[in-house]
Amino acid sequence: MNVRVFLLAIFWANQALTQGFAGLGTEAQGFSIPDPDYDITFPQDHGAHPDFRIEWWYLTATLEAEDGRAFGVQWTLFRSALRPEEAEGWDGGQVYLGHAGLTTAETHYRSERFARGGIGQAGVVAEPFTAFIDDWEMRGEGLDLQQLSLFARGMDFSYDLDLTADGPIIFHGQDGYSVKSPQGQASHYYSQPFYRVTGTLTLPEGDVEVTGNGWLDREWSSQPLAADQEGWDWFSLQFVDGARLMGFGLRGLETVFTSATWIDPDGTVTPYGDGELRMEALEWAEIAGREVPVSWRVELPERGVDIVTTPLNPGAWMDLSFAYWEGPISFSGSHEGRGYLEMTGY
Amino acid sequence: MPVLETLFSHWRRHPGQLATLVLGLALATALWSGVQAINEEARQSYARAASTLGAGQGERLISPDGAEIPVADYVSLRRAGWLVSPVMEGELALSGTTWRVIGVDPLTAPTGAIPQGAFETTADAPAFLGRPGLVFVAPDSAPAAPPDFPAIITSDAIAPGLMLTDIGTAARLLERNTLSFLTLVPTQPDGLPPLSTLTDLRREAPAGEQDLSRLTDSFHLNLTAFGFLSFAVGLFIVHASIGLAFEQRRPVFRTLRAIGVPFSRLITALAFEVTLIALVAGSAGVILGYVIAAALLPDVAGTLHNLYGAQISGTLAFRPVWALLGLAIAVLGTWVSSAQSFWHLITMPLLAPAQPRAWSMRSARATRRQAGVGAVLLVISAALAGIGGSLAIGFLSLGALLIGAALLLPGVVVVVLRIAERPIRSAYGEWVLADTRQLLPGLSLALMALLLALAANIGVSTMVGSFRLTFAGWLDQRLVSELYITAQDEYQADAIRDFLAPQVASVLPIAMAETRIDGLPATVFGIVDDDTYREYWPLLETVTDPWDRLADDTGLLINEQLARRSGLDLGDRVTLHPDLTLPVAAIYSDYGNPNGQAMISLDLLEQTFPDTDQTRSAFRTGDADVEALRQSVLARFDLPQGHIRDQASQKAVALRVFDQTFRVTGALNVLTLAVAGFALLASLLTLANMRLPQVAPIWALGQTRARLARTELIRTLGIVAVTWVIALPVGLALAWVLLAIVNVEAFGWRLPMTLFPADYARLLGYAMLSSTIAAALPALRLLRLPPAQLLKVFSNER
Repeated sequence: MNVRVFLLAIFWANQALTQGFAGLGTEAQGFSIPDPDYDITFPQDHGAHPDFRIEWWYLTATLEAEDGRAFGVQWTLFRSALRPEEAEGWDGGQVYLGHAGLTTAETHYRSERFARGGIGQAGVVAEPFTAFIDDWEMRGEGLDLQQLSLFARGMDFSYDLDLTADGPIIFHGQDGYSVKSPQGQASHYYSQPFYRVTGTLTLPEGDVEVTGNGWLDREWSSQPLAADQEGWDWFSLQFVDGARLMGFGLRGLETVFTSATWIDPDGTVTPYGDGELRMEALEWAEIAGREVPVSWRVELPERGVDIVTTPLNPGAWMDLSFAYWEGPISFSGSHEGRGYLEMTGY
Repeated sequence: MPVLETLFSHWRRHPGQLATLVLGLALATALWSGVQAINEEARQSYARAASTLGAGQGERLISPDGAEIPVADYVSLRRAGWLVSPVMEGELALSGTTWRVIGVDPLTAPTGAIPQGAFETTADAPAFLGRPGLVFVAPDSAPAAPPDFPAIITSDAIAPGLMLTDIGTAARLLERNTLSFLTLVPTQPDGLPPLSTLTDLRREAPAGEQDLSRLTDSFHLNLTAFGFLSFAVGLFIVHASIGLAFEQRRPVFRTLRAIGVPFSRLITALAFEVTLIALVAGSAGVILGYVIAAALLPDVAGTLHNLYGAQISGTLAFRPVWALLGLAIAVLGTWVSSAQSFWHLITMPLLAPAQPRAWSMRSARATRRQAGVGAVLLVISAALAGIGGSLAIGFLSLGALLIGAALLLPGVVVVVLRIAERPIRSAYGEWVLADTRQLLPGLSLALMALLLALAANIGVSTMVGSFRLTFAGWLDQRLVSELYITAQDEYQADAIRDFLAPQVASVLPIAMAETRIDGLPATVFGIVDDDTYREYWPLLETVTDPWDRLADDTGLLINEQLARRSGLDLGDRVTLHPDLTLPVAAIYSDYGNPNGQAMISLDLLEQTFPDTDQTRSAFRTGDADVEALRQSVLARFDLPQGHIRDQASQKAVALRVFDQTFRVTGALNVLTLAVAGFALLASLLTLANMRLPQVAPIWALGQTRARLARTELIRTLGIVAVTWVIALPVGLALAWVLLAIVNVEAFGWRLPMTLFPADYARLLGYAMLSSTIAAALPALRLLRLPPAQLLKVFSNER
């Protein structure tokens, strides 16, 4: 058994690895279950929910240098509970995993960190908001996290970004209760999709000043996938006119469960249930020895959306303890713009 | 195939000869491969110990004063971006055994920190981090654990005596929350702030287990040398029996050639035959070697543990590669020792008659040449011993000494025979001596083997004997206190000292701290000023007032090992701690361990090292009754078995440890001697058959077979006695090299050499006994030889 599988097994505690992607589709014994009537409140829900099995603080940003070069940045802190509690000490019950990605047209930089909660090496504080693992950090200001600062460092790259929100926090599904399968698996899910970003990327060839757009996702659950769902394809799209679209498809054995949230430039949201968003892989390529879609056709007929996506770098493979594709994309067709794509379970 | 059948028929007719050959080769292979198996097992154990830590490969961060590291220091380094991983080490007493517990953090540990294959199933991984947690131990060593103890899982990847677990579990088991050291991940991210701006912790190259393998190298070299010696001695047997088989089959070869078998076919068939025998005997040898190794391994493990604190599994794993190597060395050895016979067969004219005298003449020249080489080797050996200074030179000197003496032996025996000849007047006497000279070339290999075995025996027993005498004397000096108590913890130690203080003459706390001196692990002891030390402590070199210097903190004492290793003399300054450097006031002898030691005053130790072990105390009881004191302590305090010892049992334990240390050496010694005796038997049997043509004329001239047989016996004993006489100085020289060079390098102490004449005489007795047995068989055969056969010599061969 190699170290990666070992770490993965620790992270997705008590799971059989064969069930769903990274064990996300298993029973949640002793843990809380997402509640449709739950009222998300800030600042406390920016913090950790140790009684839920998994949780993440997920930021992606599409960036551009002055010379027009495009970049993508990902910063993620995953939390996985060994027990439904957070205690002090070496066996505090919570394990954290940080993933950082930095994508250029040529190279995809990535890094990961594991740490346990309870000793101060990793954790999340709701007020003042801080999510951290080692020297990676996401700090926020304001009740709605209007200001964020972001730092991560890999072996040969780092980034240091400042983010300011231009719009409100939005809630997916039913006031943040996001259904993930026909059987009713769900998560609590909200986003801040309106960040403007400025900052510095440090690459082996030197520093690059960048500006762009950022998107924060917050999600927690105890069993977000059905047992037969083996992965998902997730988009966050920023249209040129300022509207946003979040959409995902969860791949079951025979069917794909889709869900989408339309976000007007003023932050008004319209949720779309299973089947209304249509996704079709147009082109496949072999990446890291696996067949992965590199171009998608995405349709939301209700909004007249019919676009085709193109990755900035098809090799944006997060080759870490658990591997997936995550990188910036651009799209054209009925609409134009940029976004981020995540594809897991390939 | 008829050629092979013909060749094999020889063995059918001489089953004894075949048995000798197979047994000799099997013995040689067994000793060689047995030693290899032991060494390999030990090496695997060290490797396991090293790989468990993972720190074996990487740098560490340690506290400069050797103290424990707070968890907060670890966290702040991680939060600054440095990839370090915490390790918590400690000892845990469980069901009578002390375990070394190592707690690691698998989330941050560098690759290799967790042994490959330690986790059989993915279910183990989360359980490893949780409660009650998992503990990995070596196979067959799982302790009986209390009910709330973590689940125990056995793994081949774990060294014996070790418990590997999660750092959280270790913290619970050891009841503490500080770290022993941090492992530095080999590659760090770009752009980090310098470590020196973040922490006082000191970077340290990986050490621990490498120290161990460096220390134990000498021990394994010793074993290897013995294994090789045994193998070489065993090959003499092979050489003798194959030589005989070739010699006896010369008529067969002649016949085969005469009826048209090509020479190449004959050689191929013989090579096949020799290889086949080597494979069979080699296989038997490998099996026997495994048995020997399995029998000796517990002792070896004990030795390594006592001497070096190394943990070796007491059970032997069977490794196919090792078995194949054993077979290969058997085949190779057989080829080498039959090379001469093949050479004779190829070069000698096929129809050449036996010309023993001509042989002997040619061999006299060879003997002189050989003696010359031997003398040169002895000079080289002496020169190497003069240079000294390293283990390799010590062993080279030993090798040159033994080989040189062996090569010189036949020449010396010839000279002895010539001297013995002068006073002899009787014709029979002259014939005996002349015949003996004739005999020498055939016997010389066996005699050389015997010389090697005898010399090794004398040398090693002198070394061990000297060591033991010195050690016992040192114990008497060092263990003057009547009572020794190791408490469970420091509170109990204080309580015991307070309890006993009014009843005894003096209380001597034994406080110690671990540190590194000159980069190597060392122990610092803190002592109180007491007459016991002033009167009895065994000092080798000292300034005029060492104990006053120690008492007023202007000097320290170091042990001989440290002095030799670091080249320290009186007055040289030694740094025990960044804040503490003192001059050497005295050097004391210390035969208990291979590590460096220093002694300072108790107060200074406490001031300098915050983390000291003060659980041990010694008590001078004065007039009080030791046993009564012992009982009163036992009645009042909860002390585990063996934690309270009186002087006599402490000494007994020390001596038992000592004896166990050399038990393996002793066993190998006896085995080597046995092989040498067997070699002599094989040679004598060979010669007895070949020498019929020489004996027959003497018999025909009127000597009785009984007298001839008696002569045979006496002559053999005489030659063996001469060999012993020569082995004596060689063995003493060997002992000297062992004591003055090898031990100094291997252990760090030099011992005075003592002679044990009674032991040497006993060895002569054993040698005579075994050669009497060896010579008796051929002599008996001569005695019972039908006269007709002696007559045949005249009718058939000549």
